[in-house]
Amino acid sequence: MSVILILIIASLLVAGGFLIAYIWAVRSGQYDDKFTPSVRILFEDSKKNSEHRVQNAERKEKNIE
Amino acid sequence: MHPVFNSQQSHHLEQNYLERIELQDTRVKTQLICYHCGDESPDDSIHVNEKIFCCNGCKTVYEILEQNNLCDYYSIDKNPGITQKQQTKRNYDFLLDEDLVKKLIEFSDGKISKVTFNIPQMHCSSCIWILENLYKLNPDIINSQVNFLQKKIFINFSSKTTNLKEIVELLDSIGYEPQLNFDNTTTIKRSDYKKLYYKIGVAGFAFGNIMLLSFPEYLSLGTNEFPELKRIFAYINILLSLPVFFFSSSDYFISSWKGLKKKIINIDVPLALGILILFIRSLYEIIFLNGAGYLDTLAGLIFFLLIGKLFQNKTYDTLNFERNYKSYFPISVTIKKDKIETTIPIEKLGVGNRIVIRNNELIPADSILIKGKANIDYSFVTGESIPATKVNGETIFAGGRQIGSAIELETIKEVSQSYLTQLWNSKAFNKEEESKIVSFANSISEHFTIAILLIGLTAATYWYFVNPSLAFNSFTAVLIIACPCALALSTPFTMGNTLRIFGKNKFYLKNTYAIEKLAAVDTIVLDKTGTITENGTSEVKFIGDALTGKEEFLIKSTVRNSSHPLSLAIYNSLTNKKIESTDYFDEEPGKGITAVINGFEIKIGSKSFVNEKNIDDGVLSTKVYVSFNRKVRGYFNISNKYRDGLKKIIFELAQSNKISILSGDNESEKNRLQEFFGNNKEMLFNQSPFDKLNYITSLQQNGNKVLMIGDGLNDAGALKQSDIGISISDDVNNFSPACDGILDSNSFSRLSDFIKFAKKSKNIIISSFVLSTVYNLFGLYYAVSGTLSPIIAAVLMPVSSISVVLFTTLSVNFFARKRKFN
Repeated sequence: MSVILILIIASLLVAGGFLIAYIWAVRSGQYDDKFTPSVRILFEDSKKNSEHRVQNAERKEKNIE
Repeated sequence: MHPVFNSQQSHHLEQNYLERIELQDTRVKTQLICYHCGDESPDDSIHVNEKIFCCNGCKTVYEILEQNNLCDYYSIDKNPGITQKQQTKRNYDFLLDEDLVKKLIEFSDGKISKVTFNIPQMHCSSCIWILENLYKLNPDIINSQVNFLQKKIFINFSSKTTNLKEIVELLDSIGYEPQLNFDNTTTIKRSDYKKLYYKIGVAGFAFGNIMLLSFPEYLSLGTNEFPELKRIFAYINILLSLPVFFFSSSDYFISSWKGLKKKIINIDVPLALGILILFIRSLYEIIFLNGAGYLDTLAGLIFFLLIGKLFQNKTYDTLNFERNYKSYFPISVTIKKDKIETTIPIEKLGVGNRIVIRNNELIPADSILIKGKANIDYSFVTGESIPATKVNGETIFAGGRQIGSAIELETIKEVSQSYLTQLWNSKAFNKEEESKIVSFANSISEHFTIAILLIGLTAATYWYFVNPSLAFNSFTAVLIIACPCALALSTPFTMGNTLRIFGKNKFYLKNTYAIEKLAAVDTIVLDKTGTITENGTSEVKFIGDALTGKEEFLIKSTVRNSSHPLSLAIYNSLTNKKIESTDYFDEEPGKGITAVINGFEIKIGSKSFVNEKNIDDGVLSTKVYVSFNRKVRGYFNISNKYRDGLKKIIFELAQSNKISILSGDNESEKNRLQEFFGNNKEMLFNQSPFDKLNYITSLQQNGNKVLMIGDGLNDAGALKQSDIGISISDDVNNFSPACDGILDSNSFSRLSDFIKFAKKSKNIIISSFVLSTVYNLFGLYYAVSGTLSPIIAAVLMPVSSISVVLFTTLSVNFFARKRKFN
């Protein structure tokens, strides 16, 4: 008997986890733009590009300091 | 470069060009198109690294990108650029104005600022790529992200080392001039739609789990052996249904409450009633009667309803249906004070300011011409494509565009009080949008609600005398069963589908209510210029003895140097390929052009100009005279080109609608219009924007449902006042005034199909309503007899909803195919 209760609680927790994941996805803006990321992923990130990103990140940190 | 050498070279190229055409048609196209924008280049005089450009603007953009190693731009998509031919140097000094900067910047902590721009020009993946690599062009840009569907770019930049002006200038320099305006209505819309996503998530989560926990009840499995388990399941169900009832379904309660306050029983009233009764009766049965309740039905109902809502809420993010003159007018203007020129935001422009308007700039307020040769193109205001010449001291109305050299003006009215912009102060623009919406579902829900309340009360009264214990049961059951979920679903699915089919066929409606309004139309009012005539193309006919090849060649070479629309029309009408540069060229605005080529003097222009006599014959300037060596040769008759198939469309539309034409032009085209429209249609000429608005109002006062089709600012009032206003556009991303829908001009010929299909959609909703009534009657039998069990409710609700959705979806698609929509 009690095993059913445990199963149900476990299943609700799992389902609740997915609900939270979904809400997080909506909140973080994943549903705002359903097209651009599909194009963006195909761009090649050249080596220079990523170096620049690092520089930018460093600059950003300095700015915050 | 020496001009003669240049001309010989281009002449040589021209011959080469012709030869190549004979050799291989396709090869020519790939060889002489601009590497940047893909437009045809006249010759290859502008080139870098063996790449040909159509103009110096395109070349400049290429060079900027090349210097910064950003030539990947050209490898992602072919010829991705935006043509720079029409570009004039813009001055962005006004972006240093602090008030303005504050309005544009969304967030700033003193170090990093965030700004969002609309960039209507973005059209391909190369655009995304370059716009997201802006930091390579200006290292002070921290990052930039694009939302392609909304045509927006979000930029984070360090505000200490750069400023808004530099960023906008950078965007402009690579051909992506941001559209700067200050109405931020879209941001609110976005958070609204997020809420709907949350609500659907919660309802779906609860629906699935409640369903699962209700299975033992449906199948009568173990409920008798383990009564305590059944109780626990029921209580878990209550817990799960709480967020559904209080969060997911809140819109229905709010909307029905709003409706009731206005004494309107909208479709949400019976829905909210059903939801409320379902919840209360379930709680009562579970807590007091140890029953199972109808919580699965409740969660399922709300889940389906919200899905329907999501489906209906399909919007065209990139299209703006709420534009007013502000988005057409510039946001800054150059003023001259004590001989110093500065740019100020347009809001700060007052009466009595001296303003400077350069080539292609717009006059923002009614003003008096002080200095310069004014040659004003009012095409957007009146539809008249031929620029009007003004002399010093004359009043120039706002909305015109200066063609030619810079002029100076003194403002006599404020921007918002100018002749054209006053239109937006009229009543039509202050109407509450909601009052216009009377959807079919809402209009019948009043009768529907009263009917089910009556049935419920009758059943309750009957049982009160026969078997009092069933009275409450039967009354609540009627309300539950009759909950018009099928009706509430059929409207969004039918209309949502129709909206999509229209969208695929290049007819973009603001929302689904517009379809219902379109279905009710019985009167159609058409604007003339730009609506039933084609923009930018005209019919050119030479009157006189036919021109010889050489004469055509001379004329074409002459008009090539002029940017006047009539010159352009003549240039395009002449098929001659050869072009010679002129030895002498002079253009007198509003009169004509004089050129000398190979010793020939060519004069092209108005009759008095070409005749060299000072007679103004009063004939409209649609006749362009030509003379060679002072001998008049004849004239070009230039008239509007009506859209293809116009006659057929008018014939189709006239079968079930009253049609009238409003034109801002004079009556010169009346006879030609009658060829298309017959003699019995109302045609009004010389209509001001206000006349158009008033005409629509008078039709509405006679009880007509008016569809207005227009294109420009001058139609804005009429579009807003009409029951449904559709604006027609060659490029849907361009400016179009506030309206209910935007129709791509290529789909104009299908207008009557669209209207008929809207009517069909309405019929589909009515049929699906009949279908759902059948289910309701079946359910009502159980309800009034007081024997509605949870399982019947749980089966009937999804079955009726899903079958209605299937019915509407399939029939909409069937009729769409029958009408040959994509």
